[in-house]
Amino acid sequence: MTGFVHYLPDIWAAIIAFAILTYVVLDGFDLGIGILFPFLGSEENRTRAMNSVAPVWDGNETWLVMGGGGLLAVFPLAYGIILNALYIPIVIMLLALAFRGVAFEFRGKTRRWQRLWDRAFFGGSLVATLAQGAILGGLLRGPEVTDRTFTGGPFDWVSFFSLGTALALVAGYVMLGAAWLVIKTSHGLYDLARRIGERALIATLGFIGLASLATPFLHPEYYHRWFQWPGVIWSAVVPLLLLVAGFGYWTAIRSDRGVVAYLSGIAIFVLCFAGLGLSIFPYIVPASITIREASTPAMSQGFILVGAAIFLPIILAYTAYAYWVFRGKTSEHEHHY
Amino acid sequence: MSIFDIPTLDLARAQFAFVVAAHIVFPAFSIGTASYLMVLEALRMITGKQVYQRIFEFWKHIFAVVFGMGVVSGVVMSYEFGLNFAHFSDKAGPVIGPLMGYEVMTAFFLEAGFLGIMLFGRNRVNKWIYMFAVTMVAVGTLISAFWILSVNSWMQTPQGFKINDVGQFIPTSWLEVIFNPSLPYRFVHMVLAAYLTTALVVAGVGAWHHIRGNADDAVRTMFRMAIGMILVTAPIQIFAGDQHGLNTLEHQPAKIAAMEGHWETSKGAGLILFGIPNPSKERTDYKIEVPYASSLILTHSLDGEVPGLGDFPPNERPPMTIVFFTFRIMVGLGFAFAAIGLWGGWLMWRKRLHEPGLFHKVALVFAPGGFLAIIMGWFTTEFGRQPYTIYGHFTTAESVSSLTAGQAWAALIGFVVVYAFLFGSGTFYLLRLMRRGPEGAEPVENTPQRAGGVAGAMLANDVTTEKEGAHA
Repeated sequence: MTGFVHYLPDIWAAIIAFAILTYVVLDGFDLGIGILFPFLGSEENRTRAMNSVAPVWDGNETWLVMGGGGLLAVFPLAYGIILNALYIPIVIMLLALAFRGVAFEFRGKTRRWQRLWDRAFFGGSLVATLAQGAILGGLLRGPEVTDRTFTGGPFDWVSFFSLGTALALVAGYVMLGAAWLVIKTSHGLYDLARRIGERALIATLGFIGLASLATPFLHPEYYHRWFQWPGVIWSAVVPLLLLVAGFGYWTAIRSDRGVVAYLSGIAIFVLCFAGLGLSIFPYIVPASITIREASTPAMSQGFILVGAAIFLPIILAYTAYAYWVFRGKTSEHEHHY
Repeated sequence: MSIFDIPTLDLARAQFAFVVAAHIVFPAFSIGTASYLMVLEALRMITGKQVYQRIFEFWKHIFAVVFGMGVVSGVVMSYEFGLNFAHFSDKAGPVIGPLMGYEVMTAFFLEAGFLGIMLFGRNRVNKWIYMFAVTMVAVGTLISAFWILSVNSWMQTPQGFKINDVGQFIPTSWLEVIFNPSLPYRFVHMVLAAYLTTALVVAGVGAWHHIRGNADDAVRTMFRMAIGMILVTAPIQIFAGDQHGLNTLEHQPAKIAAMEGHWETSKGAGLILFGIPNPSKERTDYKIEVPYASSLILTHSLDGEVPGLGDFPPNERPPMTIVFFTFRIMVGLGFAFAAIGLWGGWLMWRKRLHEPGLFHKVALVFAPGGFLAIIMGWFTTEFGRQPYTIYGHFTTAESVSSLTAGQAWAALIGFVVVYAFLFGSGTFYLLRLMRRGPEGAEPVENTPQRAGGVAGAMLANDVTTEKEGAHA
């Protein structure tokens, strides 16, 4: 039993990592569709693309709340420091998400202002994605911490590295969004999505390559992780696996196998995520606070673990059911109530 | 003092207060509307009457817009604690974090997961699954309210914890934490407020269509339902509010002193109906007082002791002026709602409810009254707990993040501008939807997307629902 209690922080780190990864691959595709919005050609195509995500985007975004709420629940010290350190990009992300979120409802309520909400949907999606990428970049560089308090400056997160991670995330989300459109649409929009998907894949792999090359030089610690035994195994295997996943996406998107393309896209994100985990573990605020230092006592972590063990499977089940209800290609006329 | 001298603490508080106040109206309306939709769908299934589906489809559109705004402002809320009150997050996280985690897992996901089916799925699932989805959305809103109010109540009446060597609040009993002394009162008061607020909006929309002379069967039905709901909930709410006040007297006497406007602790205290608190002189000017009534209400005896704010050290006093006035506005509105309920009930009894007249104009004016009452109530309780975030243990000043003034200003302005624009637009669309009424007489602006029109789609849905129902 004591052994189990000892591993509570690690179990929770895994659950939160899972929530964030789920957020990225689910909200990722609908943010990607938002970013693609101005490039879909016709009004009809835009409506069709939006209708394909309208029934599920709410659930997708909830994983972001789960990530933040989970962090507060079991690693409150890290939650406070990370949000304090990345205050500006997080506020920008939240405001951008507000713009794109209301666009789902408002766009269909007006003709005169429809262009405005089209732009809000695009701009909100793009800015939210850039902000998320910048948050990742800023976090990896490691916020400055003294005695449980963030002591760096408000703009510490600004760097070429965070610009790179921001652009990488845009490319990655577009890649997922294109695969989703291949699954959900037909005819012109479907062909367009295939062409966009190919380019987004190349851009994504390119940015991942650049970011991977830069990451080991952000901190001596990262360098050691990646280029000394046993990390060097990963340094050799991860790029190889990425190429395999990329090849899977490429072949699938060129035929009518959107699901395979989407799953390959997820594989690319999972691999990058694993790479990130390998770089920063056991830290939760890179280079300053470890998972164990940020942990609440077993009394807190155990209490909510019971809930997670019961409810996460139920959540996954009804989320899957909701996707199943709306399976198949979406028409322009559907999903309006 | 120029505005540039405002401490970042106050800017962080202003942002938090603004974001919470903007958020709370959406979940309050969602709680009421979701339950209303559940009742309508159940009535439709039981009676088979088309009129309930017409009302359902009408309020479903409105619910969708409100819920959308609730989601985006709610996502912001989940990050507000860390953004502005990083030290509070660190210290209180072990207690409040798991409660908020439970809220996400048992409520937020539930609502979001079934919302898609509720909004878009009527002709994709059979009628039982549809009813189940509508019920899950309604139940989700109530579970959500339970956890959020548990967190808030614990901060107001904390128990079941100890403080560890780094100053963190560590739970010792989850039962004591969750079911803390003020939770039952706060939860009942809030849910009733949500139901009352929604009933007032429904009544206001119904009244407007009565005045305009297009009170068809659907409008009449929903108007009757709303007036009945106000008639029942408003008096219960007054009773619940009174009980909540007794609980506050027991646990937060300084808050009660500020609400009542008393500076000196006294027996047989009068009830100050109106006055102007004068904090520098420690007295309340221009008082209009009912003798002994304050003691009678708060202690249920004529010579019971009622606390005065002057008995607390100056650094432990909440700002009386704000608490005093917001409390009075809330209570005044509450009695006005009860009067509307009684008036409407009397008209219903005399079978004159549907004859347009003064009552309908009054109902229309008070349609947004519930939102105002809720915001005033929250200001009362939140300003009333100052200077503490965790009552008696941890102050707001200790809670704040390390922010620069520039950051705090930019975020505050950003939230005010963006929210004003987004939620202003949302309110505009809501009013337009309400104006169209349940008949949907005017077609939606972008008709191509809704080719069949509301009525057409409904007929089509009905056919498929019954067919699929038969298969299932």
